[in-house]
Amino acid sequence: MKKQKLVLVGNGMAGVRTLEELLKLAPDLYDITVFGAEPYGNYNRILLSPVLAGEIALSEIILNDRDWYEKHGITLHTGKTVTQIDRANRRVVADDGTGADYDYLLLATGSTPFILPIPGSHLPGILGYRDIADTQAMLAAAQQYQHAVVIGGGLLGLEAANGLKLRGMDVTVVHLGPWLLERQLDAAAGQMLQTSLESKGLKFLLQTQTEALIAGKSGRVAAVQLQGGLQIPAELVVMATGIRPETTLAQAAGLHCQRGVVVNDAMQTDDPHIYAVGECVNHRGIAYGLVAPLFEQAKVAANHLAGQRTSSYTGSVTSTKLKVTGIDLFSAGQFMGGEGTEEIVLNDPHGGRYKKLVLQEGRLVGSVLYGDVGDGPWYFQLLKEERNIQELRDRLIWGPSSGAQAQQPGQNSAATLADSAEVCGCNGVCKGTIVQAIQEQGLASLDEVKKHTKAASSCGSCSGLVEQILAATLGDNYTPTAQRHKPLCACTEHSHQSVRQAILAHHLTRKEAVFDALSWKTPNGCDKCRPAINYYLLSSFPHEAQDDPQSRFINERAHANIQKDGTYSVVPRMWGGLTNPAELRAIADAAEKYRVPTVKVTGGQRIDLLGIRKEDLPAIWADLNAAGMVSGHAYGKSIRTVKTCVGAEHCRFGTQLAMDMGIQLEKMLFDMYAPHKVKLAVSGCPRNCAEAGIKDVGVIGVDSGYELYIGGNGGIKTEVAQFLCKVRSDQEVMEYSGAFLQLYREEGWYLERTCHYLERVGMPYIQNKIVQDPEGRRAYYARLRDALKNAQDPWESSRAPRPIQQFIPIQLQA
Amino acid sequence: MHHWKPICLLEDIPPLGSRIVQRPSGGDIAIFRNAEDEVFALHDQCAHKNGPLSQGIVHGRKVTCPLHGWHFNLETGQALAPDVGSCATFAIKVEHGQVLLAV
Repeated sequence: MKKQKLVLVGNGMAGVRTLEELLKLAPDLYDITVFGAEPYGNYNRILLSPVLAGEIALSEIILNDRDWYEKHGITLHTGKTVTQIDRANRRVVADDGTGADYDYLLLATGSTPFILPIPGSHLPGILGYRDIADTQAMLAAAQQYQHAVVIGGGLLGLEAANGLKLRGMDVTVVHLGPWLLERQLDAAAGQMLQTSLESKGLKFLLQTQTEALIAGKSGRVAAVQLQGGLQIPAELVVMATGIRPETTLAQAAGLHCQRGVVVNDAMQTDDPHIYAVGECVNHRGIAYGLVAPLFEQAKVAANHLAGQRTSSYTGSVTSTKLKVTGIDLFSAGQFMGGEGTEEIVLNDPHGGRYKKLVLQEGRLVGSVLYGDVGDGPWYFQLLKEERNIQELRDRLIWGPSSGAQAQQPGQNSAATLADSAEVCGCNGVCKGTIVQAIQEQGLASLDEVKKHTKAASSCGSCSGLVEQILAATLGDNYTPTAQRHKPLCACTEHSHQSVRQAILAHHLTRKEAVFDALSWKTPNGCDKCRPAINYYLLSSFPHEAQDDPQSRFINERAHANIQKDGTYSVVPRMWGGLTNPAELRAIADAAEKYRVPTVKVTGGQRIDLLGIRKEDLPAIWADLNAAGMVSGHAYGKSIRTVKTCVGAEHCRFGTQLAMDMGIQLEKMLFDMYAPHKVKLAVSGCPRNCAEAGIKDVGVIGVDSGYELYIGGNGGIKTEVAQFLCKVRSDQEVMEYSGAFLQLYREEGWYLERTCHYLERVGMPYIQNKIVQDPEGRRAYYARLRDALKNAQDPWESSRAPRPIQQFIPIQLQA
Repeated sequence: MHHWKPICLLEDIPPLGSRIVQRPSGGDIAIFRNAEDEVFALHDQCAHKNGPLSQGIVHGRKVTCPLHGWHFNLETGQALAPDVGSCATFAIKVEHGQVLLAV
């Protein structure tokens, strides 16, 4: 049978969710074609704010990549705006002439930001806040300009303001309303929010109208003129004054529109072959802007498109869970109260907590929570069930766990939540579903719960509650996500991850720029953060960032290892553990000349000269350099050694030339700086005399090639290296090991060894990047080679006149 | 009374760095320069296990000993909590780019 044709116009969250629901119900019913005006796959628009704030990367918000469309046989046209619907011939045409016939058409054209019709509103530098392009324009402006004005103190406006502030801009929010978020919060909670945001450096002008936008010399906006004539500087203006359903296309096609495309309870327009979902829709007089109702609509539309025609959409009761700049807010129902209602209020402005419950005729009809929103789902459940709460009334404000006994430590609202209570409002997931998924599918992390249940995968505001449910269900087997995001040190709230992301996102190349961009609490950091930042700068921009010696531990400044008495140890490099009589003679000469008290063979197959005075270091390096030797980096967060066995060169069991392979690897990695020290070993056969099983990268020769192992560690807690893959040639050993080490250099946190990095991201993640993706692997390898192309012997370069000063004491004459 | 002795130029000490001053009588002095071009002088011996403070990382008005990470206030020579101890300090000043140490 010939398949019917379904065309989706609008590649956003509502439209694509409808396709997902439809594919579940009827995977083979349609040939599907999707048109999207933006040049991307479907992404999570709600998470643009964390991208702006630098909390997550753009790549993390993609919901369906191109592979997903391909896998389901969907034809995807991106960057094409549909401009015409020919209803008579059932065909749509895009701006570039691309056409598609349909049996059914699904409109999900979303909404557009409302731009105030005031003088100057079309100047360059004025943006709405809707899509990836807007976000990128804001990021670009934040790098170049200082002053931003956000018009509108609603959710989107506050998120934009917060993001721009974190990106280093001076931000003022101009808001017409009497308090912030007046559609979601009452005056008291709005005031608490404002006070909290002001303490973070944001400025507010409330009950203030914008009159005009003034151009500067370049033609770009330069100032915002307010009612009364006051002008404030602004090289970036973000208009967040509301959205309008995008109905241009529907109207042109003659569909019934009235502040949205009008649909019935089947999400069908007045043309039975055309359905519509999402923010472009007017259902029973309401155009929804929150994601939860859109997903409910998607379910209904899918049900009808699948031919089942059993469900209907009757509108949504919405609650708002908001996360504005890390402050938790919740509101639902008639939270403003009104005639015939009573209020129970708990108000603790100093402690940052506010709770208001609105009652009518013995039932809960509205609620606002500020600060602690853990009880939000419980109140929302009471509200939706319209339950009589008279007998709960005296305990109601204290939440569901009140009448119970004193709480056990660690016990929380998640434990007392009913299985039927909704946890994720966006995706309509209740507690029971999450608990069941955790138990039956062995889920252990927030990310896994997101993947399997979709809970917390849209706006993310219920992430905390989902974590509580995980903790309550798993008990001791649970590690909170927060531990993975702890601040780098006492100088900042930012984690290693977010510092590195900020460096990449803003192209920061100096530590001072990092301190500024992330509002460091100390003038120049401390002994914990400075070395980490120096590493992130150098590894992110190897040829641009300048090394800062004063941000390195003394060993890396002196290219030697400080000992307990303040003397140093010197270890010349012996490639692959090999040396020769001339080198040995030079080492012996140096040991005598500088009266080295201790000469020791190290665990890394080389010779350590211990007890050298700092002022003698440049001279002993010069002597060793003259004999052709270079620094062994026995002191650095860097490549240390490549240990080898004698291999097939001499050994009767050897299958591969281990010494030669080791030397090649060590030469490739020379002077490689890393999050922590890096040690390799190459054994010529599985007897593994080089102990490759406890190295960051272990290479074991077998008859047909090499086995590669990663993440081994012989330190405090011995970790056995894990098998990565098998390769055939020397060249592949170089490419795979190099690519893995580059991945570690780019993603490992400072002072995180490969075994801890491996534990954090998991072996499948690394195999995906290094083994299964040849192109990606070659790119990592190429970046490593590029970073090391100017590798220098630090002994030789440190002997130049200027850096040598640190080695010479000043003599105080008698 | 202090006898001010010229030691070196301010620019001879790297910002957020240090130099060692050796006295004929023994007992090295570590002189530090911070990001604000303030200078400080401390006995170059950590109160913990005699580590050379001159080799530590300088931040704000503090230095971290390279051996076991004790922190010292450069102005007072006092160890920062939770550690307890102190190092001798010396009067030091900068005049016209010249660093002067009181001996």
